[in-house]
This record gives sequence, structure tokens and C-alpha cells, in this order.
Amino acid sequence: MTVLTSTTALAQAPSILDVGDGVVLPILLKVALVLGLFFVVPLVGGYLEHKVMGRMQNRRGPVEAGPFGSLQLVADGIKFIQKEDIIPRAADKPMFALAPGLALVPALLVFLVIPLGPGVFAVDLELGLFYALAITSISVLGILLGGWASANKFSLIGGLRAGAQLIAYELPLIITAITVAVMAGTLSLVGIVEAQANFTLPGLEGFNLWFVFPQIVGFAIFFVAAMAELSRPPFDMPIGDSELVFGYMTEYTGIKFAMFLLTEYAGMITMSALMVVLFLGGWQILPGVATPGCEGAAGIMSCDPIGIAISVLVTLAKIMGLVFLMVWARVAYPRLREDQLQRISWLVLVPLSLANLAFVTILTVVL
Amino acid sequence: MAQTSLPGTGLLKGLAVTVKHLFKRPATLMYPYERNELAPRTRGVIALMDENCTVCMLCARECPDWCIYIDSHKETVPPAKEGGRARTRNVLDRFAIDFSLCMYCGICVEVCPFDALWWSPEFEYSEYTMDALLHEKDKLREWADTVPPPPALDEGAEAPAEVTEAIAKAEKELEAAAQKEADKAAAAEAATTEAKAGGSGPKKADEPKVAAGEIDQETYDALIAEGKSERIARSKAKAAYVKKEKARLKAEADAGGGDAEAAPTPKAADIKVEAGQIDQETYDALIAEGKTERMARAKAKAAWVKKEKARLAAEAESAAGAGAPAGEEAEPPSPTDAAGSDQAPSTDAPAEEPAATRKLGDVHVEGTGEIDQETYDALIAEGKSERIARAKAKAAWVKKAKQAKLDEEGGA
Ligand code: SF4
Ligand code: SF4
Repeated sequence: MTVLTSTTALAQAPSILDVGDGVVLPILLKVALVLGLFFVVPLVGGYLEHKVMGRMQNRRGPVEAGPFGSLQLVADGIKFIQKEDIIPRAADKPMFALAPGLALVPALLVFLVIPLGPGVFAVDLELGLFYALAITSISVLGILLGGWASANKFSLIGGLRAGAQLIAYELPLIITAITVAVMAGTLSLVGIVEAQANFTLPGLEGFNLWFVFPQIVGFAIFFVAAMAELSRPPFDMPIGDSELVFGYMTEYTGIKFAMFLLTEYAGMITMSALMVVLFLGGWQILPGVATPGCEGAAGIMSCDPIGIAISVLVTLAKIMGLVFLMVWARVAYPRLREDQLQRISWLVLVPLSLANLAFVTILTVVL
Repeated sequence: MAQTSLPGTGLLKGLAVTVKHLFKRPATLMYPYERNELAPRTRGVIALMDENCTVCMLCARECPDWCIYIDSHKETVPPAKEGGRARTRNVLDRFAIDFSLCMYCGICVEVCPFDALWWSPEFEYSEYTMDALLHEKDKLREWADTVPPPPALDEGAEAPAEVTEAIAKAEKELEAAAQKEADKAAAAEAATTEAKAGGSGPKKADEPKVAAGEIDQETYDALIAEGKSERIARSKAKAAYVKKEKARLKAEADAGGGDAEAAPTPKAADIKVEAGQIDQETYDALIAEGKTERMARAKAKAAWVKKEKARLAAEAESAAGAGAPAGEEAEPPSPTDAAGSDQAPSTDAPAEEPAATRKLGDVHVEGTGEIDQETYDALIAEGKSERIARAKAKAAWVKKAKQAKLDEEGGA
């Protein structure tokens, strides 16, 4: 199949950051890319959330810090750093201090494999998708740890709810990701983007499609599961401020609290980026449209600098579009009850995603 | 609806609502840059007009938070006049409101009987320390300069009680003045009539008093001829003159009274004399007697009032004779009322009920809320509210029905 040939050819593509013969410079560049992504894009996403949520609620959102309030989250970060770092006396101090880091670092590490454009990534692992899903599920350990170490019943309940929720929604998330991997025939994220640029439905050759079209159900499952993974409203039972104060974050102050918040925003970005890669054609502008300045396979590889810039902007725009969707859902829907939350996962999403996987697998084998 | 039965419609509706608001103008008012026009009664800060405060302590006692602090001392005020009593007065030393405790209930403003406390819409007095929120007298006095005038009344609103009272008072005064004018005019007219009739010099109509010193020439001549001494003849002639003159004047006054009837006359009950005038004659007499000025004035005042009342009463009496038609006017309303309520059933149902029930009380009518359309229409036309018209029309219907039943029974 064409899909298979194209992916094998492009797996483990070189990063454009692999410049020169040295070892140090590429590493520095890659660290800079990942840290830049980690610290800048979530802030943009956060700003988008503040503004969109404000406007949807007939407010203005932040207006004072920076032009149009765009530096609000930076100002918040500075404020968090200045705050007193309080550790409850009964808390398990080392674990209490470790938990935010344990939640944050996986969120940072996911950015390693996320491709923003042709060659714009730190590494293209052969098992990129597997790596991304595996490492995002480590975050829940930090949350559980924080809830337990706080020595606070609200924190503990929040942490346990988070654990239960993440286990429940990890399943449909992974199954749907596997479905996409089956369609693409690769676990490499770059490979999946490339596979989408070449994907056509049998009988409709010459009509390029992203995976979101045949996999609209899978996309919906992944989107819902991703929001639940991130404990974003309406799936924010672990935080549930009306009943649990602030869930596992109740006892956290200052910079540690900021780390949990950053984890959430970074999670929004990584999950959106994964959805862009898995379903929305990565950096491709539109299905079947070649990016200007590119000449490689399917018109999205081997680009000149302008093509790369366009590709990166396209990816970021898609990510922000998905962040907007998440914020929209947050504003529109009230928080789910714990039992409804579990019910949706185990009785709807898991069976649905399993059926989806079976269907796609059988079709792939048969065709 | 068919739409709601479709699963997920509600979810989409939620999304539609929120996205619609995304494109609406935010309701935010950019506060420090733009400001709302605050209502004139806004509870921003409490202002004190300390010159009005009598240290009655009502506000401090009524404050639910006990956050008004008042200190005062008593001062003796020397008597206004010699021999008077010295009075004591409270002087305000300290008046402070602790706005860190105040809950802006407004009870203090409400309860102050001397208009010393006011609401001001100023609200920007936040402080970095709590004790800075304790506003002392001077600061509270400054706030008084920010108190806005009361808002204009709504169109068609009832005037406030003070204003209506003031207007009523002014009207009364005007009426009294007009009354006085009318009285004067009547008196003047009477005087003119008299002057015409008598041809003599101007004489006060209300004082049938005769200038002494003149003699009746006829009597004098007769007495002289009788051989009486000149002195006796003169004195007797004088007495005769007075007697004659008085008789003449009386006759004239009677005639004048007939004319005066035409002039508007006050009702007997209204006889009210404005105080403050004095009867000059009495005054002079008393002063001549060696009484003090004050005493003379007081008595002269009393005398004037007495005289004036007597005069007015006399006038009223004479008017009453001629004023029969006016008196009749007062009577008809009651028969008219009665007749009116008989014809048009119950413009005022409760008032006539007792009279009607004596006859109609035994009759029982079954009604299911019928109304007398005629009455209803009439009341609506009168501008009564729909509710009242309905209620009255119902009562009218019941009454009519009862009457009909009664008539029927009578006929049977
Ligand atoms: S408004 Fe404030 S000061 Fe006045 S009575 Fe209420 S609580 Fe006391
Ligand atoms: S109620 Fe008014 S007059 Fe009395 S003490 Fe308070 S402010 Fe002064």
C-alpha cells in the first residue's frame, strides 16, 4: 500500500536542528525549542482561554498587563514566584515538594516528539506516539502524590478522583490513538502526518483526506478523553472547587501551585498537538493542498525556510483552534458528577473506541 | 418538542448560546477610566452636617454595629433676656464613623431627626490600614459637600408631604388675605352707601357714634324762648342733638345693611381674627392712665380682637338673613347622593349596603361572579381600575338580583 511505503521511507526523519558536525549545538537548539514551546505556547493558550472565556461570559478578560492584557499570565507567574511557599506541618514534605515537578516534567517531555513542521521537532522517535501517551500518563502520579502528601482530606479525595478519572479516560484515549496508528501504519508522529497527506479512501483515489474525516468518531472520543485527562471543565471533578476546595491543589501555594497550573496549560497544548498530528493533518494547510515552498512527498516535506515557517504557523493555528474548542466546552457545560463521569468513560467511550478499533483493523487487513 | 428528543441537541444549544455571547459587547465598564453615573441615593459614604447635629445620640444607639462614636459636653447658654432662665446645650466634640465596621445599612441616616447625616455617593476611600477607615468629624463634614441634591420627582408623581403642606399653607394665607380684602370692600361699600344717604362727612359705619359738641338748634331756640338759662339750653340742646343723630344713623345703618348683604360674607364658623393688630383707642386710653407700654399693647391687642370678632359676627348675622339660598345649597347634596345611589346601583356599594340590607337582607341570591355590566362600564368610564370596577359591579349585580327577587315575591 502507498501508505506503508511512504511511512517507511520517512520514519525517523532528521530534524532541521541537527546542524553542523558538533554534538553540543544541536542539543542546545533542541533544548531551546522544547523549552520555548513549553513556556511560550501554553501561555498563549492560557491567554486565549482567559480572553475567550471572558468574552463568552460578557466580560473582557485581562486588559491591564501588556497590550490587551497579553502578559497577564507572565505577571501571574511573577506573582506566584513572590508568594510565600507554605508547606502544611502534617504534610509529607519531600513528596509534597516532589509532586508538582513530577506532574510538570512529563508535560515538558512530550514536547520532545511533537512535530510542528517539516523537520521542526527535537526527535522523531520510531515509537513517538507510544512515547507521548506513556509519558503523559506519568503526570497522574504527580497528582496522586500531591493529593496524598498534602495531609488534607480534600486534597486526598481530589487526588484519588484524579487517579480514577485518568485511568478511566486513558483507555479510550490510547485505543483511539492505536486506531489511528493502524490506519497510518506507523507510530512515528512525523510518519502519521505524512501518512495523512497521502491518505485516500478506497474508491476515491486522488481525493486526499485527513484522518478526522473517516475517524470523526475517533476524533470525538479522543477530544473528550483528552479533556478528561487534563481535568479540564466539564471534567474537573478532581478540582471541583464547590466541593473539594481546589482538590489536589488545595494546599499548594506560590511557585508549586504555578507548576500545577502550567502543567494543565501545557497539557492542553500537548493534547491539542497530538490531535493535530493524529487527526488534523499536522502542518498541512488543507487536505490535498501542498504547502508553498515545499516539494517533498505530498507537498509537505523538504521545505525552504518560508515553507517551514508556514507549516509551523499552520500547526500552531490548529493547536489554538483546538484550545478554543476546549475553552468553548468549558464555558458551555457544567461540571459532571463523579458517577456520570465514570459512566461516560466505561459505558460509552471504551466500548465505542474498541468497536472503532476492531472496525478499522478489519478494514485495513481486508483492503 | 421533537428537537429535544434528539440526543446531543442540548449540548449543541449550549455551544450556540456561548458562541453567541462571544460576539456580544462585553458588559464590562472600564472602571478607573470610565465611570458609571451613580444613583443619587447611592450608599457610598456617610456625610455629617455637624452644625445640624444636636448630639441626640439616636444614630449611635441605633447603629447595629456600634461603629458611631460621639463625644460631647454641655454648655450653659446665658438667658436671652434679663430675668430669663439659663439653658444648657450639647456641644459636639467628636463624631466618628468606623467604616471598617459599618455595613452601610443606612439606619443612622434614616434615624437622624435633624438631617445631620446624609448619604454621599463617593466610594473611593479605600485605605492601606484599617484604622484609616475611622473617619472623624472633619472628614465626615467634608463628605457633606459631595451630597447631591435629591433627584427630581417622576413625572406625575405626588408632591412630597412638606411641599403640599407648604402650598396649602400659602393658599390659606392668600385666601385669608382675599377675605380681608372682600371685608374691606364690603365695609367701604357700606360706608359709601351711608355717605350717599346721609350726605354728612365720612363716618365709620360700624360705630354709631356721634361727634359731641354740636347742639340741636331747634331745641336750643325753644328752651331759650321758654326762658331757660343759656347754659341749660345749650346742654339740653346738645343731648337732643345726640339723640336725634343716633336715631338717624341707626336708620341709615339698617338701610346700609341691606346693601351689604350682596357682598360675600364669611361663614359664622370662620370668624377668625388675625392677631397682631391693636385697638388704638384702648391703647391710648391705657397709656394715658399711666400703664406700661407693654401692658397697654397687650390689652389693646385683646381689645382689637374682641372688637373685630364682634364686628365680623354682626356682619355674618346680617348675611345669614339674606344668605338663605346659600344655606340651602349645603343641604341638597345628601338627597342627591341618596337619589343617585338609588338610580345607578351602587357607585359606592359599601356605603349603601346597610340601608339596602334592611329590606334585602332576608333575600338570598345565588351568584357565580356575575357582574352588572352597566355599573362596570360606568366605573371604567370614570377611570376606575379594572379590579375595583369588577368588584363594585359584582356587588351591584347581587343587589339588583336581590331587589328583583324581592319584587317578585312582593308581586306574588
Ligand atoms: S450605615 Fe453604618 S454607621 Fe450607619 S447605622 Fe448602619 S452600620 Fe451604623
Ligand atoms: S441622630 Fe443626628 S442629631 Fe442625633 S446625634 Fe446622630 S447625627 Fe447628631
